[in-house]
Amino acid sequence: MKQSLIRYLPLLLLAAGWELAARLELVSSTALPPLSDVIAAWIDMIKDGELVSNGASSLYRAGAGLALSVIVGTLLGISMAWWKPVNVLVAPLVEIFYPLPKSALIPVTVIWLGFGDGSKILLIFLGCMLPVTIGAFNGARSSEQVLVWSARSMGANRLRMLWDVVLPSAMPELLNGIRTALALAFILLVSSELIVAQKGFGYLIGFLGANGSYDAMYAVVFTVAFLGFAADRIYQTFVHRVLLWRQ
Amino acid sequence: MAAIDQAPLSPPALRILRSTLWAGARLISIVLLLAAWELVVRSGIVTPFQLPALGNVLERIWNDAVSGDLAINTAVTLYRAMIGFFIAAAGGIALGMAMSRNAIARWFFDPLISVGFPMPKIAFLPVVILWLGVFDISKITMIVFDAIFPVVAATVIAIQGVERELIWSARNMGARERELLWQIILPAALPTIMTGLQVALPLSLIVAVVTEMLMGGYGLGGAMMTASRFANSPGVFAGIVEIAVVGYALVKAMALIRRRLLIWHQEAAEPYTQ
Repeated sequence: MKQSLIRYLPLLLLAAGWELAARLELVSSTALPPLSDVIAAWIDMIKDGELVSNGASSLYRAGAGLALSVIVGTLLGISMAWWKPVNVLVAPLVEIFYPLPKSALIPVTVIWLGFGDGSKILLIFLGCMLPVTIGAFNGARSSEQVLVWSARSMGANRLRMLWDVVLPSAMPELLNGIRTALALAFILLVSSELIVAQKGFGYLIGFLGANGSYDAMYAVVFTVAFLGFAADRIYQTFVHRVLLWRQ
Repeated sequence: MAAIDQAPLSPPALRILRSTLWAGARLISIVLLLAAWELVVRSGIVTPFQLPALGNVLERIWNDAVSGDLAINTAVTLYRAMIGFFIAAAGGIALGMAMSRNAIARWFFDPLISVGFPMPKIAFLPVVILWLGVFDISKITMIVFDAIFPVVAATVIAIQGVERELIWSARNMGARERELLWQIILPAALPTIMTGLQVALPLSLIVAVVTEMLMGGYGLGGAMMTASRFANSPGVFAGIVEIAVVGYALVKAMALIRRRLLIWHQEAAEPYTQ
């Protein structure tokens, strides 16, 4: 307890500095409303349900897009490592599309699917798929030949080997790819919602900012930032559990 | 893996033929993709608004190039991305070095980095606009804010990973702290730092494009958003192609620089991947 207090003391110091700077009016209160006002605005928004309903629709979009990208990306990456024809067909496309800043796809997904949930889910799916694919591909490719050979000599068929040897040894890199995808999902979610949306965190931030209720805007910004951070921490705990057998 | 089964059995000539065929086959998917695009457009399943013909998109890119818009927008976007990247690189390496050599700096910045790294920093964009306006300065600030985290994290890990024996021997031979830093620690840490920079560079371009899309104005992202507002879908698709080409060139250039800088390192001798 005391250790983590010392560890996170700098964050508390920054928070105190923020409150002081705003209260002493070292900076204009529109640019930086006091932290206590931001917290009060946050509690208000939780109470009237605004934050919860917008948050739910944002998390639904991110979750759906991410789940799709994990399923399709894993299948694609492992098939690329396992069947050379698939690799030859897919690898050049992956190489071309991987460096493309995925947020450039925002206007296209809007053209295809409109302003609602569909376009955001498609965007997050497309953006998050490649890191997962590359993680699965690198992981599956690096599965030890000795393991593959011994499994084969013990009479495992190809499908059995895929499940028992290749998938477990691909796990660490695959999980790492999914972590990248998780961070990307939040980024794409917020940027697409800031550009066009009728609900969600990004919409709420834009709406509150345009109305000049900056304390509420700060509250939503920090909520999103905290959720991104918390999702990463929870995911890492989960990964640690999954990979326990490796030690 | 199928290749491993068969390769040792075939004579050399056949193997060369096979590898050339595989290399040629790599083009197939790109040709297929373009053919599928053209086919879908011709079939009339989608409206030209949803998917403009490839020809129209190329024409639009050509017009952009001739009128000089393409050069200006690319230059503006690259300018922002590169300024942001270099500030993030210099600041990130300096901060990372300070953190690994000074206990107070580590105590203060470590929680900030570990909390800030996984945050979706783009959410802070409206706050930055509120403070700095919608011009270059706020775009570059956003880029630095996003790109500095991987550099700091990589630098800290890199310096921690420098072999103790190297440092001890240098000290033993009378190296001063300054020499130690510049001649031993930094070169030994360079491969990992470069990996951090290789994450930060595409990130800089991503943030440059997003901030342009959100704030408007010149730049590849801004031009694309303008096209989107006027429902000009060839313009939108042309924007994607232009941004993709710039992104591809940046990533390739960075990989090349890495190989040149690390020519002395054992990784340069390894087969080139990516």
